[in-house]
Amino acid sequence: MMNENKPLLTMRHITKTFPGVKALSNVDFTLRAGEIHALMGENGAGKSTLIKVLTGVEEMETGEIYLEGIDHPIINRSPQEAQAIGISTVYQEINLCPNLSVAENIYIGREPKKFGRIDWKTMNKKSSELLKNLNIMIDVTKPLSNFSVAIQQMVAIARAVDISSKVLILDEPTSSLDEQEVEKLFLVMRKLKESGIGIIFVTHFLEQVYKICDRITVLRNGCLVGEYETEKLPSVELVELMIGKEIEDLAKLSKEENDEENNEKKEIVIDAKGLGHTGTIHPFDLKIHKGEVIGLSGLLGSGRSELARAIYGADKPDQGELYFKEKKLQINTPLDALKSGMAYLPENRKEEGIIEDLSVRENIIIALQARRGMFKVISRKEQEEFADKFIDLLQIKTSSRDVPVKQLSGGNQQKVILGRWLLTNPDFLILDEPTRGIDVGTKTEIQKLVLKFSEEGKTILFISSEIDEMLRVCNKIAVLRDRKKVSELKGDQLSQSNIMKAIAGGDTKDE
Amino acid sequence: MNKMKELWKRVTGFSLLFPLVCLVIVLVVNLIKTPDFFKISMNNGVLYGYVIDILNRSSELIILAVGMTLVVAASGGTDISVGAVSAVAGAVCIYSLIGGASSSVYRIPYVLAIVLGILAGTACGAFNGFLVAKLHIQPMVATLILFTAGRGMAQVLTQGFILYVRKESFKFLGNFLPGVPIPTPIFIATIVVVLTFLILKKTSLGLYIQSVGVNRKASRLVGLNSSLIIFLAYVFSGFCAGIAGMIITSRVYSIDANNAGLNIELDAILAVAIGGNSLGGGKFSLAGSVIGAITIQALTTSLYAMKVTADQLPVYKAVVVIIIVALQSPIVKRWMKNIKQKLASSRNGKKVEA
Repeated sequence: MMNENKPLLTMRHITKTFPGVKALSNVDFTLRAGEIHALMGENGAGKSTLIKVLTGVEEMETGEIYLEGIDHPIINRSPQEAQAIGISTVYQEINLCPNLSVAENIYIGREPKKFGRIDWKTMNKKSSELLKNLNIMIDVTKPLSNFSVAIQQMVAIARAVDISSKVLILDEPTSSLDEQEVEKLFLVMRKLKESGIGIIFVTHFLEQVYKICDRITVLRNGCLVGEYETEKLPSVELVELMIGKEIEDLAKLSKEENDEENNEKKEIVIDAKGLGHTGTIHPFDLKIHKGEVIGLSGLLGSGRSELARAIYGADKPDQGELYFKEKKLQINTPLDALKSGMAYLPENRKEEGIIEDLSVRENIIIALQARRGMFKVISRKEQEEFADKFIDLLQIKTSSRDVPVKQLSGGNQQKVILGRWLLTNPDFLILDEPTRGIDVGTKTEIQKLVLKFSEEGKTILFISSEIDEMLRVCNKIAVLRDRKKVSELKGDQLSQSNIMKAIAGGDTKDE
Repeated sequence: MNKMKELWKRVTGFSLLFPLVCLVIVLVVNLIKTPDFFKISMNNGVLYGYVIDILNRSSELIILAVGMTLVVAASGGTDISVGAVSAVAGAVCIYSLIGGASSSVYRIPYVLAIVLGILAGTACGAFNGFLVAKLHIQPMVATLILFTAGRGMAQVLTQGFILYVRKESFKFLGNFLPGVPIPTPIFIATIVVVLTFLILKKTSLGLYIQSVGVNRKASRLVGLNSSLIIFLAYVFSGFCAGIAGMIITSRVYSIDANNAGLNIELDAILAVAIGGNSLGGGKFSLAGSVIGAITIQALTTSLYAMKVTADQLPVYKAVVVIIIVALQSPIVKRWMKNIKQKLASSRNGKKVEA
């Protein structure tokens, strides 16, 4: 029945080049009314570029776009133009104003007016109702920054949904949502689908695609691989189409079964005693042995990132003690942690990870340079060697080591940051959501790297929302709930259901 | 043909190209209007000429622009107190040298007075830096304090009088050293620029400043002390203002707390912008700011040479500045690119027809 639906949106022969990279070549895409259509591909496959061309963020070089009801090819020169004809987008990174209220964010640029002035009452009431439809009960007059990333994401979606749209583009909307929130989002998506809206869903989560999508379009290296019906395409085949070669099945990747007793005898790298930071994480005890990969699990806002930040000194702990390699360590700033041999890949790549205007080279060497200090300058030649080494080792896709890092795709930016930390040769590496918003291929690569580091004797703290992934790489998992460390699972206890139980605890609470 | 294209690409990709072109245009217009513009003559053992005058007069501006560049790059804000701070430095220098009344007798060695003056400027910079880096006050607001209070502080020292130093040696710094034909400020500005360049080049401070300017949070996590770097940038800007204050007072061998370095902070900010630097912070070019400062002074001097009176000057200056800044805006650059593409495609079209 879906097949009979008339195309809502047709893109033909879309081509776009960036300096040194052909981002899209001759790509076709068709969206039908009332369908949820997954756009899949590795990092740098051209998904984001295709979306940007469609929404007018980037100009295409050749190609045509047709929208139902408009009898000539459309050209969008800005997201505003796209929105005016019914194409709305929610991007991967939240593009809202954190200092404005939730209601203002929803109605910014189209505020309800009364006598030429903004009608705050109506605006707040309507926003409240809108969010209620998404099962979000919050005070819409509070600044957006008061709420978790997940809520912010939902507000962005509410805004896009409210702006009357024929085509709704969701670019990685679920990457910062936990499972319950994803379910909520899916409910909304189905509702929208029934009302005839066509939804383009860009995601890296395979299971979500199979849960909700009717059709899948796969891109690879800027070219169209094909369009498939979800039912007729097994997930293994989908992954193959995306990667372009048969990859090791993700499931086959598994850690060397670490001998538990053996591990216990090894040197203790991290020993936190009652470490805490008021307002973000309650005092916790944590012991990590050399070569261990320890996972932190819990819902969003449970304090997983905050625990890591306290150890690294990103939020200076105000209680307790930290012993690093059996020596007491007073950490006042991240530099102290860095100097003693820690590294920290933060959760929020755009805000805390990349230094966007600096080149790939500068982004890679900056941590090592900071560690060496101001007067021991890394020579240009050395810098280039280091940059090339990690571009090669991590297979970073970039036209040159000297382009600003902001020109790279999300996954490649993440690799640059990973390279930055590996260059400092840390003993203890904190990875906070290293695979978020990253394609399957790179994800596997990063997971393999994690296991390799642990074999080399590096100790790793791994944080991820995906329990599968955690089970694959971690020897031990600490579970957090409501800013407290509640339990620690290891060996045979490590299973999906045990972790879920620990996360859920006695009472499940919504945000 | 290809080689030409490559060369052209390299030339147009050169980030200083635009500021340089602006400067050259100003100079060429001068040459047409004032044929003896580039004439340099020797009189009484010193060099005279418009070009010498431009370089001489732009010295304070160059020095201030160097400090301003680092402030802008590190904090994404501007230090609007530099004019007032140079007046404070000048007042401290002269007051410590001769006391509260015009005189021809030094109370302390001249060099010591200069050191005190520059220290006063640096202290003002440290105050600004503390407000911006530690207390996270917006740069414009933080430096507004000294912008208004600075001249008042200088007035307290001079007690509202214009203090004159009637001694030949005091004029050396702002005019000529005995037996040297080139004005001293040119040397001072050169030293400041070269030293700053070397410090940025030989340490990783340049990279640190850019990194902090682009993303303060991320810079902190890679181990940079973001606050310290921003603090240092303001301290350095105060230091530069101190040096500029020394030149300004020496030029007129007096301190007039109301008028020394008046409005020069705006020219310094403008110099940074004309040099192609983003006022939002991050990447910067020291050379660009220096060229910007010279361009502004060249403009002023050439307008005077064209017999524009002092009270009309700002109007003409504004027109030229608007053109220069507008041409550098990304929107205008895109228009130009589009026009170029259209021209190219129509030319290609004709070829096909032929």
